[in-house]
Amino acid sequence: MFRNVAELVELAVSKNKKISEIMIEQEMNVTGRSREEVLAFMDRNLRVMEEAVERGIKGVKSHSGLTGGDAVLLQKYIEKGNFLSGKTILDAVSKAVATNEVNAAMGTICATPTAGSAGVVPGTLFAVREKLNPTREQMVEFLFTAGAFGFVVANNASISGAAGGCQAEVGSASGMAAAAIVEMAGGTPEQCAEAMAITLKNMLGLVCDPVAGLVEVPCVKRNAMGAANAMVAADMALAGITSRIPCDEVIDAMYKIGQSMPTALKETAQGGLAATPTGRELEAKIFGIPRV
Amino acid sequence: MKYRSVFDIIGPVMIGPSSSHTAGAARIGRVARSLFGREPKWANISLYGSFAKTYKGHGTDVAIIGGLLDFDTDDERIINAIDIAKERGIKLRFIEEEAVTDHPNTARVIIGDDKGELELVGISIGGGKIEITELNGFELKLSGNHPAILVVHNDRFGAIASVSNVLAKYEINIGHMEVARKEKGKLALMTIEVDQNIENKILQELEELPNILKVTKIVD
Repeated sequence: MFRNVAELVELAVSKNKKISEIMIEQEMNVTGRSREEVLAFMDRNLRVMEEAVERGIKGVKSHSGLTGGDAVLLQKYIEKGNFLSGKTILDAVSKAVATNEVNAAMGTICATPTAGSAGVVPGTLFAVREKLNPTREQMVEFLFTAGAFGFVVANNASISGAAGGCQAEVGSASGMAAAAIVEMAGGTPEQCAEAMAITLKNMLGLVCDPVAGLVEVPCVKRNAMGAANAMVAADMALAGITSRIPCDEVIDAMYKIGQSMPTALKETAQGGLAATPTGRELEAKIFGIPRV
Repeated sequence: MKYRSVFDIIGPVMIGPSSSHTAGAARIGRVARSLFGREPKWANISLYGSFAKTYKGHGTDVAIIGGLLDFDTDDERIINAIDIAKERGIKLRFIEEEAVTDHPNTARVIIGDDKGELELVGISIGGGKIEITELNGFELKLSGNHPAILVVHNDRFGAIASVSNVLAKYEINIGHMEVARKEKGKLALMTIEVDQNIENKILQELEELPNILKVTKIVD
């Protein structure tokens, strides 16, 4: 069983296997399930993600009215063709937003690694699909690679906003996605780890400050930027750029930052954007509570 | 290692909006229901830390009740769980606690009917994963990820050996086990996580052993 990214990469390199394969084999060992069962289970999760994206890009609205409809706006904007950044990256952003808008509307999603950060991995996957034309099997493998890196973060740091802030949720999701994109694009296991490190470094310190305690503002847009961050970091790693700080040390830094983060900024809706005048006003409006 | 399966990370499939505050909360409720063994007539739920501060926004209250009604994390009835519970005549009470707990997402669930009561403390550690840290006053550590049996017994020599002998006879492997007691020589609790589901006749056989008072199981 691998305990950190260094061991994961070492296993993949020494066995000349992909990270996804190492994760599949470990899952079979730990649970006693057959390869077919493990793959079928992940395929079901993939289907849920696909349905959530499809639902979201058609347009949904949350009960509070705070979020919804942005995925549609972005898809229409892409169709017009005069965008500035790039089609794949905007498509990833739109599909990440779509997933989180469905989540905010209490729709069915697959947590990756959490519900609040559920948009990043599927968003990038379904955008990169248009570019790389993967098989269904490769799409399932994408999720195992993402899962392998998330597994390390969850066991060595945290994937909970209440324990580690948004860096632990969208930060982790973004790093997981970057690593999985690299593998799907034909990068090496080392490059997967570099992509994860580069991504997570740029998410360090991100606080969890949901307005009214709802997984909407700023969560939906943090998923958007998490997807964009993952795409750029994957390209950087594929270009041969490496992180001066090894991936495991970045994860450890994230954990320590999370521990020293004040409680007001860890999913308590007491600080940050939640405590802005507008944040408080929205909270009062939604729950009908007078605020000082 | 707290997380053992890739599906703790890519999963669960669930109703939004929060894996810790909605899906995890539903799982805590469902473990309580499973241990109680029937639908309770009333429920008092204390929420601590982040749970207490944000439960309305995350639907934590709805989700815990959904769990008490035996709904899984992806069951759309969770959204209307409080209404459904009220229709069924279940009395609900939520308490926002100020006390600081070890984990920010902590819930104390006390449920009961005219036949009995159950008190359980659960924490939601992220990504939908939970741990049960207290049951009827006993400290324990139960992931809720594997089938498990809980054995209330008298704190006497041989009690643990007799239980493990029965499990061995049926070729049931123990993945994790711990024992807690309130006082030396009084009541104690064995928590045994196993790899496969356990048939009721084995539970009965366990219950008939000397010094064994009550055996309940949690299905995966």
